[in-house]
Amino acid sequence: MWTLGDKYAIAGVGFTDYSKRSGRTVQSLAVEACGKAAADAGLAIADVDGIISFHFNDSVPAMSVATGLGLPNARYAIDYQSGGNSANLIIQTAVAAIEAGMATSVLCYRAMNGRSGFRLGGGRELAAHGITQYTAPFGWITYPQAMAMWCRRHMIEYGTTSEQLGTVAVTCRRNAALNERAMQREPITLEDHQNSRMIVEPFHLLDICLESDGACAVLVTSAERARDLRHRPVYIKGAAYGGGPVQGDDLFDAMRWPDHSRNYAHYIADDLWRSAGVGPADIDVAEIYDCFTYSVVMQLEGLGFCKPGEGGDFVQDGRIDRDGALPINTHGGLLSEAYIHGLNHVVEAVEQLRGDAGERQIPGAEIALTTAGAMTCGGAMVLRN
Amino acid sequence: MTAYQKPVPAPDADSAPFWRGCREHRLLLQQCKGCGKFRFPAAQFCPACRSDAAEWLEASGRGTVYSWIVVVHPVPGDIYRDDVPYAVALVDLEEGVRMPTNIIGCDPRYIRAGMAVTVTFDDVSAELTLPKFRPA
Ligand SMILES: [Zn+2]
Repeated sequence: MWTLGDKYAIAGVGFTDYSKRSGRTVQSLAVEACGKAAADAGLAIADVDGIISFHFNDSVPAMSVATGLGLPNARYAIDYQSGGNSANLIIQTAVAAIEAGMATSVLCYRAMNGRSGFRLGGGRELAAHGITQYTAPFGWITYPQAMAMWCRRHMIEYGTTSEQLGTVAVTCRRNAALNERAMQREPITLEDHQNSRMIVEPFHLLDICLESDGACAVLVTSAERARDLRHRPVYIKGAAYGGGPVQGDDLFDAMRWPDHSRNYAHYIADDLWRSAGVGPADIDVAEIYDCFTYSVVMQLEGLGFCKPGEGGDFVQDGRIDRDGALPINTHGGLLSEAYIHGLNHVVEAVEQLRGDAGERQIPGAEIALTTAGAMTCGGAMVLRN
Repeated sequence: MTAYQKPVPAPDADSAPFWRGCREHRLLLQQCKGCGKFRFPAAQFCPACRSDAAEWLEASGRGTVYSWIVVVHPVPGDIYRDDVPYAVALVDLEEGVRMPTNIIGCDPRYIRAGMAVTVTFDDVSAELTLPKFRPA
């Protein structure tokens, strides 16, 4: 369990434009976002000595970005081969590296041309190796198709409806309207959600996140060092990562997962709240990994904001609106801001806790939750100002 | 005859007997000689007891639908355009394992959780047979 509560902080954030066609290399996107995060922290590039990222071979390695940034001494430069499940884990790992004395200030980034370059949902090669030999030959190929299987099971167990899920999409879009960097800002209604074309039952188009070109980054350092930097530090109060047994052979694979009506969040909740010393009722703003509308509902249940099966009801009646009891995805999320694989949720939480979120600001936000993951594994953090 | 243009399994040292069984229209599963559990997908070591002693046995082919999806938007489009809408399901077999498959022989609108299904072998090409399921 995370035992470093409040000893480390996020001292800076950076991001590029988010678009459908950057016209740029992924390396240039990464270098821009990382350079901006260091500058935002008020830290000279020469003082950054660690860099970490995660990707599916759709990005550039950390060593390349270290080189592009001109880091004089990258003591810790590492990549995780993984998906959104690692968007919080890379930050936790950066802290571990600093705690171990391997580095002092670490840039954590995600960069990709996810629309104009390598598209995650785009299919696979015809020879299906490894675990994929049991899925792709049946035309079960994309992440929306993988996740729809979980969503359906939740509907089977609890009677969750597509209309209930639509509220998540509508809420994210309403928040994105206030966010100048969001890719989709045009408001939508529940009818728009229901009328959007069916992609893979039970998912309509508006249940599914965007595909984006762009990068974002955060600068992690010790709380002590962060206090001497430019902004009020955002402390990492609690954190957890995991997913219980049979996490599968890859991120798509969940054929041995015991219960598809609940995901990784169920397994990390105790670690998360115990490490943070707070509970769901203490969260002022929650940036929840929303690759699909349904993943929000499942994480809210798993983390104990409501009971299993009550998530569909929980997100109704304005409860997750910006003026509701639990404002979620105040930037618009993966559904409406951009798909920067969940690291953009951390950027948003930091801005909220610094009071820098402009029109999106949740008044008096002091404790934020970020999550990253949707299926068998993932992580979460409790941040505070 | 045009070549089969969809994803095909690449059998490996663990899975080759499973796919060979499908070719013979037999649904084979490994049963652990250490703990008696059936396992799927194929693996050299039993995830329950780590024993590598196992026997390939023919499954009953009977199961129930655990969950399912209906693919409406084909991806990749050129490969699945003529197949949509099609159903992919996770089927719980009587032997206690869960298997991804297609539900065929039934309008996808009529698929329900818990529906009883039985294996049916689809010889999709001269080399490949896929184990699909239809309502029992
Ligand atoms: Zn065994």
